[in-house]
Amino acid sequence: MNLLNFFGKRGESASVAKNRLQILLAHERADDGSDAALISSLREDILAVVAKRVDIDPDAVRLEMDRSGDVTTLGIDIELPSARAS
Amino acid sequence: MSNATVVVVTSGKGGVGKTTTSAAVASALAKEGYQVCAVDFDVGLRNLDLIMGAERRVVFDLVNVVRGEASIKQALVRDKKLNNLFLLPASQTRDKDALTEEGVERVIGELRMYFDWVICDSPAGIERGATLAMRHADEAIIVSNPEVSSVRDCDRIIGLLDAKTKIAEDGGRMPKHLMITRYDSERAKTGDMLATDDVVDILSVPLIGVVPESRDVLKASNVGLPITLSDENSPAAKAYMEATRRLLGEDIPVTIPEGKKGLLGKFFRGRAA
Repeated sequence: MNLLNFFGKRGESASVAKNRLQILLAHERADDGSDAALISSLREDILAVVAKRVDIDPDAVRLEMDRSGDVTTLGIDIELPSARAS
Repeated sequence: MSNATVVVVTSGKGGVGKTTTSAAVASALAKEGYQVCAVDFDVGLRNLDLIMGAERRVVFDLVNVVRGEASIKQALVRDKKLNNLFLLPASQTRDKDALTEEGVERVIGELRMYFDWVICDSPAGIERGATLAMRHADEAIIVSNPEVSSVRDCDRIIGLLDAKTKIAEDGGRMPKHLMITRYDSERAKTGDMLATDDVVDILSVPLIGVVPESRDVLKASNVGLPITLSDENSPAAKAYMEATRRLLGEDIPVTIPEGKKGLLGKFFRGRAA
């Protein structure tokens, strides 16, 4: 945190933009890489497994991808119904 | 003998600064003493002539040359200020298929003989005009704003550069450079704008330059002089000059333009927002 952040409103739209782009482009690059296909099938498999035990809302699933250097991490956030109720 | 390097300036999305970049880089190269030709591939919606201040001296255009109605030498417009800088203007014709593949190949081949650098200003989009502009390029400058739609479209263009160009078909890989325009370091710092590192991360193309958002760019296009000629000391012109030296192979670190405001300015701007 620097002085500027203290005085001004800290926006975070840039990191949201980066994340949206990374996910989107991973899908759009599907033609030339197996990466994107892998990510979307992984996502579906994980969702299917969770859905077997818990009633989940497909809209309450958040996908995050971060690529820094040579490492790509995929994060899947699934909101459980009980957590939403509280 | 053909020693020219053909560079395509491309982006996918319109309005990000392809024409400004083409004019700025072409004139910066000419200032370095090279024989330079800027070619406007935006048939139907030409603008490079206007940005370079040559709009009233256009007689023949690229389509005339491609069709064999005029020779290249008849169509080339010499720059007012630099006698080693030329423009091959686009046509206003509405016929989208006015450019043929063979014709473009012949014209680029001929330009290679006369010049050291040929800068091709691509039309926006991924249609025929854009693929023709990039087809015979040796290198590409990809222009992006730090904004989601612009970055996404650049990704598409990178895909095309790696698939639909002569180099790609011959099994090679086109060298690519990323030019980020309309950059606002203040907003990037506060997280309101994608930072240059973010865009480089996403597109995986090495950065050739970062052009700050600047009033000088509009002023330059108003008077029809490339920014690198009209306002040499403006931050935007400096960014383009540096990018040009990198294009020439100089190994200089990319400077991210800082805002001019001091701490006090930041403070008041923050309060006003």
